[in-house]
Amino acid sequence: MRAKDLALIALFAALTCVLGLSPVIPLPFIGITFSLQTLGVILAGGILGTKRGAIAMVLVIVLVAIGLPVLTGGQGGLGKLIGPTAGFIWSWPAGAWITGALVQRWWRGLTPARAIAAALLGSVSLYVVGHTWLAVMLGLPASTAWWSWVAYLPGDIVKSCAAGVAILAVKKAYPLITVPSVSGRR
Amino acid sequence: MLTLYTPGNSLLHRCPAAAKLITLCLAATLIMILTDPIVLASGILVVAVGYGMARIPGRTMWRLSRTALVIVMVVAACQAFFTSVSPAIIVGLRILFLITAANLVTLTTRTADLITVVEAAARPLTRWGVHPDRIGVTVALAIRFIPVLGEQACRVREAQAARGVKAPFTLLVPLVIRTLRLADGVGEALEVRGLGSSARAGASTTEHRSMTR
Repeated sequence: MRAKDLALIALFAALTCVLGLSPVIPLPFIGITFSLQTLGVILAGGILGTKRGAIAMVLVIVLVAIGLPVLTGGQGGLGKLIGPTAGFIWSWPAGAWITGALVQRWWRGLTPARAIAAALLGSVSLYVVGHTWLAVMLGLPASTAWWSWVAYLPGDIVKSCAAGVAILAVKKAYPLITVPSVSGRR
Repeated sequence: MLTLYTPGNSLLHRCPAAAKLITLCLAATLIMILTDPIVLASGILVVAVGYGMARIPGRTMWRLSRTALVIVMVVAACQAFFTSVSPAIIVGLRILFLITAANLVTLTTRTADLITVVEAAARPLTRWGVHPDRIGVTVALAIRFIPVLGEQACRVREAQAARGVKAPFTLLVPLVIRTLRLADGVGEALEVRGLGSSARAGASTTEHRSMTR
Protein backbone atom coordinates (compact mmCIF):
# COMPACT_ATOMS: atom_id res chain seq x y z
CA MET A 1 0.00 0.00 0.00
CA ARG A 2 1.44 3.34 -1.05
CA ALA A 3 1.61 6.45 1.13
CA LYS A 4 -1.00 8.07 -1.12
CA ASP A 5 -3.41 5.23 -0.36
CA LEU A 6 -2.94 5.73 3.39
CA ALA A 7 -3.70 9.44 2.92
CA LEU A 8 -6.84 8.70 0.87
CA ILE A 9 -8.06 6.17 3.45
CA ALA A 10 -7.54 8.59 6.36
CA LEU A 11 -9.15 11.49 4.51
CA PHE A 12 -12.22 9.55 3.39
CA ALA A 13 -12.70 8.33 6.96
CA ALA A 14 -12.51 11.99 8.04
CA LEU A 15 -14.94 12.98 5.26
CA THR A 16 -17.47 10.39 6.46
CA CYS A 17 -17.21 11.84 9.97
CA VAL A 18 -17.69 15.39 8.64
CA LEU A 19 -20.79 14.35 6.67
CA GLY A 20 -22.21 13.14 10.00
CA LEU A 21 -22.09 16.72 11.26
CA SER A 22 -24.69 17.81 8.72
CA PRO A 23 -28.25 18.55 9.86
CA VAL A 24 -30.11 15.52 11.12
CA ILE A 25 -33.60 14.45 10.15
CA PRO A 26 -34.91 12.05 12.82
CA LEU A 27 -37.27 9.31 11.69
CA PRO A 28 -40.33 8.52 13.76
CA PHE A 29 -40.72 5.26 15.75
CA ILE A 30 -37.29 3.77 15.19
CA GLY A 31 -35.01 6.49 16.54
CA ILE A 32 -32.46 6.05 13.78
CA THR A 33 -31.50 9.28 12.13
CA PHE A 34 -31.34 10.22 8.48
CA SER A 35 -28.11 12.00 7.79
CA LEU A 36 -25.60 12.44 5.02
CA GLN A 37 -23.16 10.14 6.83
CA THR A 38 -23.97 7.04 4.78
CA LEU A 39 -23.11 9.09 1.69
CA GLY A 40 -19.52 8.98 2.93
CA VAL A 41 -19.72 5.18 2.89
CA ILE A 42 -21.00 5.07 -0.69
CA LEU A 43 -18.54 7.71 -1.91
CA ALA A 44 -15.59 5.92 -0.31
CA GLY A 45 -16.47 2.76 -2.22
CA GLY A 46 -17.38 4.51 -5.47
CA ILE A 47 -14.33 6.78 -5.54
CA LEU A 48 -11.58 4.75 -3.84
CA GLY A 49 -12.73 1.31 -5.00
CA THR A 50 -13.34 -1.88 -3.03
CA LYS A 51 -10.20 -2.28 -0.94
CA ARG A 52 -9.35 1.29 0.02
CA GLY A 53 -13.05 2.14 0.46
CA ALA A 54 -13.65 -0.74 2.84
CA ILE A 55 -10.46 0.01 4.81
CA ALA A 56 -11.53 3.66 5.15
CA MET A 57 -14.80 2.45 6.68
CA VAL A 58 -12.96 0.09 9.06
CA LEU A 59 -11.00 3.17 10.11
CA VAL A 60 -14.24 5.03 10.88
CA ILE A 61 -15.30 2.09 13.06
CA VAL A 62 -11.93 2.31 14.85
CA LEU A 63 -12.54 6.04 15.43
CA VAL A 64 -15.94 5.22 16.95
CA ALA A 65 -14.42 2.45 19.08
CA ILE A 66 -11.69 4.66 20.55
CA GLY A 67 -14.33 7.04 21.85
CA LEU A 68 -14.55 9.86 19.33
CA PRO A 69 -18.00 11.46 18.84
CA VAL A 70 -17.86 11.06 15.06
CA LEU A 71 -21.27 9.54 14.39
CA THR A 72 -24.37 11.55 13.46
CA GLY A 73 -25.52 13.74 16.33
CA GLY A 74 -22.14 13.66 18.11
CA GLN A 75 -22.54 10.01 19.05
CA GLY A 76 -19.77 7.44 19.39
CA GLY A 77 -18.11 5.03 21.75
CA LEU A 78 -18.25 1.29 22.24
CA GLY A 79 -21.95 1.37 23.15
CA LYS A 80 -22.70 2.32 19.53
CA LEU A 81 -20.82 -0.77 18.30
CA ILE A 82 -22.58 -3.20 20.61
CA GLY A 83 -26.14 -1.84 20.84
CA PRO A 84 -29.20 -2.73 18.75
CA THR A 85 -28.32 -0.28 15.95
CA ALA A 86 -24.65 -1.35 15.76
CA GLY A 87 -25.30 -3.40 12.60
CA PHE A 88 -25.88 -0.15 10.71
CA ILE A 89 -22.27 0.82 11.46
CA TRP A 90 -20.63 -2.61 11.08
CA SER A 91 -22.22 -2.78 7.61
CA TRP A 92 -20.21 0.20 6.31
CA PRO A 93 -17.13 -1.68 5.05
CA ALA A 94 -19.44 -4.11 3.21
CA GLY A 95 -21.49 -1.25 1.72
CA ALA A 96 -18.36 0.54 0.50
CA TRP A 97 -17.02 -2.74 -0.93
CA ILE A 98 -20.23 -3.50 -2.83
CA THR A 99 -20.54 -0.03 -4.36
CA GLY A 100 -16.81 -0.14 -5.16
CA ALA A 101 -17.07 -3.55 -6.81
CA LEU A 102 -19.95 -2.44 -9.04
CA VAL A 103 -18.29 0.85 -10.01
CA GLN A 104 -15.07 -1.03 -10.84
CA ARG A 105 -16.99 -3.57 -12.90
CA TRP A 106 -18.73 -0.85 -14.88
CA TRP A 107 -15.76 1.57 -14.85
CA ARG A 108 -15.23 1.83 -18.63
CA GLY A 109 -18.88 2.36 -19.49
CA LEU A 110 -20.00 4.08 -16.30
CA THR A 111 -23.31 5.77 -17.10
CA PRO A 112 -25.32 7.86 -14.61
CA ALA A 113 -27.83 5.02 -14.29
CA ARG A 114 -25.10 2.51 -13.44
CA ALA A 115 -23.41 4.82 -10.95
CA ILE A 116 -26.74 5.41 -9.21
CA ALA A 117 -27.51 1.69 -9.23
CA ALA A 118 -24.11 0.94 -7.64
CA ALA A 119 -24.80 3.55 -4.94
CA LEU A 120 -28.31 2.23 -4.30
CA LEU A 121 -27.20 -1.41 -4.03
CA GLY A 122 -24.47 -0.34 -1.61
CA SER A 123 -27.05 1.50 0.52
CA VAL A 124 -29.43 -1.46 0.48
CA SER A 125 -26.66 -3.74 1.75
CA LEU A 126 -26.37 -1.46 4.81
CA TYR A 127 -29.99 -2.23 5.68
CA VAL A 128 -29.64 -5.96 5.17
CA VAL A 129 -26.86 -6.09 7.76
CA GLY A 130 -28.36 -3.40 10.01
CA HIS A 131 -31.85 -4.86 10.19
CA THR A 132 -30.68 -8.44 10.61
CA TRP A 133 -28.56 -7.31 13.57
CA LEU A 134 -31.49 -5.31 14.98
CA ALA A 135 -33.81 -8.31 14.68
CA VAL A 136 -31.33 -10.69 16.33
CA MET A 137 -30.59 -8.28 19.18
CA LEU A 138 -34.27 -7.67 19.89
CA GLY A 139 -35.30 -11.30 19.45
CA LEU A 140 -37.68 -10.48 16.63
CA PRO A 141 -38.15 -12.41 13.39
CA ALA A 142 -36.09 -10.67 10.67
CA SER A 143 -39.22 -9.98 8.61
CA THR A 144 -40.67 -7.77 11.35
CA ALA A 145 -37.68 -5.48 11.34
CA TRP A 146 -37.45 -5.34 7.57
CA TRP A 147 -40.68 -3.46 6.93
CA SER A 148 -39.13 -0.31 8.31
CA TRP A 149 -36.72 -0.36 5.37
CA VAL A 150 -39.55 0.89 3.15
CA ALA A 151 -39.64 4.10 5.18
CA TYR A 152 -36.03 4.83 4.20
CA LEU A 153 -36.35 4.01 0.51
CA PRO A 154 -37.35 7.50 -0.77
CA GLY A 155 -34.50 9.14 1.15
CA ASP A 156 -32.11 6.52 -0.13
CA ILE A 157 -33.06 6.98 -3.75
CA VAL A 158 -32.40 10.71 -3.41
CA LYS A 159 -29.08 10.08 -1.65
CA SER A 160 -28.04 7.47 -4.21
CA CYS A 161 -28.73 9.88 -7.08
CA ALA A 162 -26.53 12.48 -5.39
CA ALA A 163 -23.80 9.88 -4.76
CA GLY A 164 -23.99 8.55 -8.33
CA VAL A 165 -23.61 12.04 -9.78
CA ALA A 166 -20.67 12.74 -7.46
CA ILE A 167 -18.97 9.44 -8.36
CA LEU A 168 -19.26 10.30 -12.07
CA ALA A 169 -18.04 13.86 -11.57
CA VAL A 170 -15.00 12.66 -9.60
CA LYS A 171 -14.32 9.96 -12.20
CA LYS A 172 -13.93 12.73 -14.80
CA ALA A 173 -11.98 15.18 -12.65
CA TYR A 174 -9.90 12.90 -10.45
CA PRO A 175 -10.02 9.22 -11.41
CA LEU A 176 -8.51 7.01 -8.70
CA ILE A 177 -9.75 3.57 -9.69
CA THR A 178 -7.45 1.75 -12.08
CA VAL A 179 -8.85 -1.16 -14.04
CA PRO A 180 -6.47 -3.62 -15.67
CA SER A 181 -6.34 -2.83 -19.38
CA VAL A 182 -8.27 -5.08 -21.70
CA SER A 183 -5.87 -7.33 -23.59
CA GLY A 184 -5.99 -7.17 -27.37
CA ARG A 185 -7.68 -3.78 -27.40
CA ARG A 186 -7.63 -2.12 -30.80
CA MET B 1 -10.98 17.31 18.84
CA LEU B 2 -13.32 16.47 21.66
CA THR B 3 -13.38 12.87 22.88
CA LEU B 4 -16.06 11.13 24.91
CA TYR B 5 -13.47 10.34 27.59
CA THR B 6 -14.38 11.92 30.92
CA PRO B 7 -11.22 12.65 32.96
CA GLY B 8 -11.02 11.20 36.45
CA ASN B 9 -8.81 9.29 38.84
CA SER B 10 -11.04 6.41 39.93
CA LEU B 11 -10.08 2.75 40.00
CA LEU B 12 -11.88 2.33 36.66
CA HIS B 13 -9.91 5.19 35.10
CA ARG B 14 -6.62 3.67 36.25
CA CYS B 15 -7.45 0.13 35.15
CA PRO B 16 -5.55 -0.89 31.95
CA ALA B 17 -7.57 -0.42 28.74
CA ALA B 18 -7.01 -4.01 27.58
CA ALA B 19 -8.32 -5.40 30.89
CA LYS B 20 -11.48 -3.30 30.61
CA LEU B 21 -12.09 -4.37 27.02
CA ILE B 22 -11.59 -8.08 27.79
CA THR B 23 -13.92 -7.82 30.78
CA LEU B 24 -16.49 -6.09 28.58
CA CYS B 25 -16.29 -8.87 25.95
CA LEU B 26 -16.66 -11.62 28.56
CA ALA B 27 -19.54 -9.84 30.31
CA ALA B 28 -21.32 -9.21 26.99
CA THR B 29 -21.02 -12.88 26.01
CA LEU B 30 -22.26 -14.01 29.40
CA ILE B 31 -25.21 -11.63 29.35
CA MET B 32 -26.35 -12.96 25.96
CA ILE B 33 -26.42 -16.52 27.38
CA LEU B 34 -28.11 -15.77 30.69
CA THR B 35 -31.91 -15.60 30.82
CA ASP B 36 -32.73 -15.01 34.49
CA PRO B 37 -34.08 -11.43 34.82
CA ILE B 38 -32.81 -11.16 38.40
CA VAL B 39 -29.23 -12.03 37.34
CA LEU B 40 -29.48 -9.57 34.42
CA ALA B 41 -30.78 -6.82 36.70
CA SER B 42 -27.95 -7.38 39.18
CA GLY B 43 -25.49 -7.08 36.27
CA ILE B 44 -26.95 -3.67 35.51
CA LEU B 45 -26.63 -2.80 39.19
CA VAL B 46 -22.89 -3.61 39.01
CA VAL B 47 -22.55 -1.29 36.01
CA ALA B 48 -24.44 1.44 37.90
CA VAL B 49 -21.99 1.08 40.78
CA GLY B 50 -19.20 1.48 38.20
CA TYR B 51 -20.73 4.77 37.01
CA GLY B 52 -20.86 5.93 40.61
CA MET B 53 -17.23 4.95 41.24
CA ALA B 54 -16.05 6.75 38.10
CA ARG B 55 -18.20 9.80 39.03
CA ILE B 56 -19.75 10.06 35.57
CA PRO B 57 -22.33 12.88 35.46
CA GLY B 58 -25.84 11.61 34.76
CA ARG B 59 -26.17 13.97 31.80
CA THR B 60 -23.10 12.51 30.06
CA MET B 61 -24.45 9.01 30.53
CA TRP B 62 -27.89 9.91 29.22
CA ARG B 63 -26.50 11.74 26.18
CA LEU B 64 -24.62 8.62 25.04
CA SER B 65 -27.28 6.03 25.79
CA ARG B 66 -30.57 7.76 25.01
CA THR B 67 -31.18 6.61 21.39
CA ALA B 68 -30.66 2.97 22.28
CA LEU B 69 -32.77 3.28 25.42
CA VAL B 70 -35.67 4.73 23.43
CA ILE B 71 -35.46 1.78 21.02
CA VAL B 72 -35.39 -0.66 23.92
CA MET B 73 -38.51 0.86 25.45
CA VAL B 74 -40.45 0.91 22.17
CA VAL B 75 -39.51 -2.67 21.30
CA ALA B 76 -40.09 -3.98 24.80
CA ALA B 77 -43.54 -2.38 24.77
CA CYS B 78 -44.33 -3.91 21.35
CA GLN B 79 -43.13 -7.32 22.42
CA ALA B 80 -45.00 -7.20 25.69
CA PHE B 81 -48.14 -6.26 23.80
CA PHE B 82 -47.90 -8.82 20.98
CA THR B 83 -46.18 -11.81 22.59
CA SER B 84 -45.59 -11.94 26.32
CA VAL B 85 -43.93 -9.86 28.99
CA SER B 86 -41.00 -12.05 30.03
CA PRO B 87 -38.99 -12.10 26.73
CA ALA B 88 -39.52 -8.35 26.49
CA ILE B 89 -37.99 -7.88 29.94
CA ILE B 90 -35.02 -10.15 29.16
CA VAL B 91 -34.23 -8.42 25.84
CA GLY B 92 -34.66 -4.98 27.42
CA LEU B 93 -32.35 -5.76 30.34
CA ARG B 94 -29.72 -7.32 28.08
CA ILE B 95 -29.52 -4.29 25.79
CA LEU B 96 -29.54 -1.91 28.75
CA PHE B 97 -26.58 -3.80 30.21
CA LEU B 98 -24.59 -3.96 26.95
CA ILE B 99 -24.95 -0.28 26.16
CA THR B 100 -24.32 1.11 29.62
CA ALA B 101 -21.35 -1.21 30.22
CA ALA B 102 -19.75 -0.42 26.84
CA ASN B 103 -20.25 3.31 27.36
CA LEU B 104 -18.68 3.06 30.81
CA VAL B 105 -15.50 1.68 29.19
CA THR B 106 -15.54 4.48 26.60
CA LEU B 107 -16.06 7.17 29.23
CA THR B 108 -13.22 5.99 31.47
CA THR B 109 -10.54 5.09 28.89
CA ARG B 110 -8.24 7.54 27.13
CA THR B 111 -8.32 7.60 23.32
CA ALA B 112 -4.53 7.12 23.17
CA ASP B 113 -4.75 3.99 25.35
CA LEU B 114 -7.46 2.55 23.10
CA ILE B 115 -5.33 3.20 19.99
CA THR B 116 -2.52 1.23 21.64
CA VAL B 117 -4.91 -1.68 22.20
CA VAL B 118 -6.08 -1.52 18.56
CA GLU B 119 -2.44 -1.67 17.40
CA ALA B 120 -1.72 -4.62 19.69
CA ALA B 121 -4.87 -6.42 18.52
CA ALA B 122 -3.83 -5.91 14.87
CA ARG B 123 -0.41 -7.50 15.39
CA PRO B 124 -1.56 -11.05 14.53
CA LEU B 125 -2.88 -9.66 11.21
CA THR B 126 0.67 -8.81 10.05
CA ARG B 127 0.87 -11.96 7.94
CA TRP B 128 -2.09 -10.70 5.89
CA GLY B 129 -0.28 -7.48 5.03
CA VAL B 130 -1.55 -5.31 7.89
CA HIS B 131 1.09 -2.99 9.36
CA PRO B 132 0.17 -2.30 13.00
CA ASP B 133 2.59 0.64 13.17
CA ARG B 134 0.67 2.40 10.39
CA ILE B 135 -2.68 2.11 12.16
CA GLY B 136 -1.73 4.76 14.71
CA VAL B 137 -0.54 7.14 11.99
CA THR B 138 -3.68 6.65 9.90
CA VAL B 139 -5.95 7.14 12.93
CA ALA B 140 -4.04 10.29 13.91
CA LEU B 141 -4.31 11.59 10.33
CA ALA B 142 -8.07 11.03 10.22
CA ILE B 143 -8.51 12.78 13.59
CA ARG B 144 -6.34 15.68 12.43
CA PHE B 145 -8.29 16.16 9.22
CA ILE B 146 -11.85 16.03 10.61
CA PRO B 147 -11.76 19.73 11.67
CA VAL B 148 -9.94 20.68 8.45
CA LEU B 149 -12.60 19.06 6.26
CA GLY B 150 -15.33 20.45 8.53
CA GLU B 151 -14.01 23.93 7.84
CA GLN B 152 -13.83 23.19 4.10
CA ALA B 153 -17.46 22.07 4.20
CA CYS B 154 -18.44 25.36 5.88
CA ARG B 155 -16.56 27.36 3.24
CA VAL B 156 -18.24 25.50 0.38
CA ARG B 157 -21.64 26.07 2.04
CA GLU B 158 -20.96 29.76 2.52
CA ALA B 159 -19.82 30.19 -1.06
CA GLN B 160 -22.93 28.40 -2.31
CA ALA B 161 -25.24 30.35 0.00
CA ALA B 162 -23.76 33.56 -1.42
CA ARG B 163 -24.77 32.38 -4.88
CA GLY B 164 -28.22 31.35 -3.64
CA VAL B 165 -27.65 27.57 -3.80
CA LYS B 166 -29.45 25.82 -0.97
CA ALA B 167 -29.77 22.10 -1.84
CA PRO B 168 -27.87 19.94 0.68
CA PHE B 169 -26.27 17.66 -1.92
CA THR B 170 -24.54 20.37 -3.95
CA LEU B 171 -21.94 20.33 -1.18
CA LEU B 172 -20.70 16.88 -2.15
CA VAL B 173 -18.66 17.29 -5.32
CA PRO B 174 -16.69 20.39 -4.25
CA LEU B 175 -16.05 18.84 -0.83
CA VAL B 176 -14.84 15.55 -2.32
CA ILE B 177 -12.54 17.34 -4.78
CA ARG B 178 -11.04 19.38 -1.92
CA THR B 179 -10.58 16.15 0.05
CA LEU B 180 -8.74 14.53 -2.86
CA ARG B 181 -6.50 17.59 -3.30
CA LEU B 182 -5.62 17.47 0.38
CA ALA B 183 -4.87 13.74 0.07
CA ASP B 184 -2.30 14.51 -2.67
CA GLY B 185 -0.35 16.77 -0.34
CA VAL B 186 -0.71 14.47 2.66
CA GLY B 187 0.40 11.47 0.59
CA GLU B 188 3.54 13.28 -0.50
CA ALA B 189 4.28 14.32 3.08
CA LEU B 190 3.90 10.71 4.24
CA GLU B 191 6.13 9.46 1.45
CA VAL B 192 8.87 11.92 2.44
CA ARG B 193 8.65 10.62 6.01
CA GLY B 194 9.16 7.06 4.83
CA LEU B 195 5.61 5.69 5.16
CA GLY B 196 4.07 3.45 2.56
CA SER B 197 5.62 0.42 0.88
CA SER B 198 7.15 2.20 -2.14
CA ALA B 199 8.90 4.75 0.06
CA ARG B 200 10.14 2.01 2.34
CA ALA B 201 11.58 0.04 -0.57
CA GLY B 202 13.29 3.21 -1.80
CA ALA B 203 14.74 3.91 1.64
CA SER B 204 16.22 0.44 1.91
CA THR B 205 17.89 0.70 -1.51
CA THR B 206 19.54 4.01 -0.66
CA GLU B 207 20.67 2.51 2.62
CA HIS B 208 22.08 -0.45 0.73
CA ARG B 209 23.87 1.82 -1.72
CA SER B 210 25.47 3.88 1.01
CA MET B 211 26.66 0.69 2.68
CA THR B 212 28.24 -0.72 -0.46
CA ARG B 213 30.01 2.50 -1.25
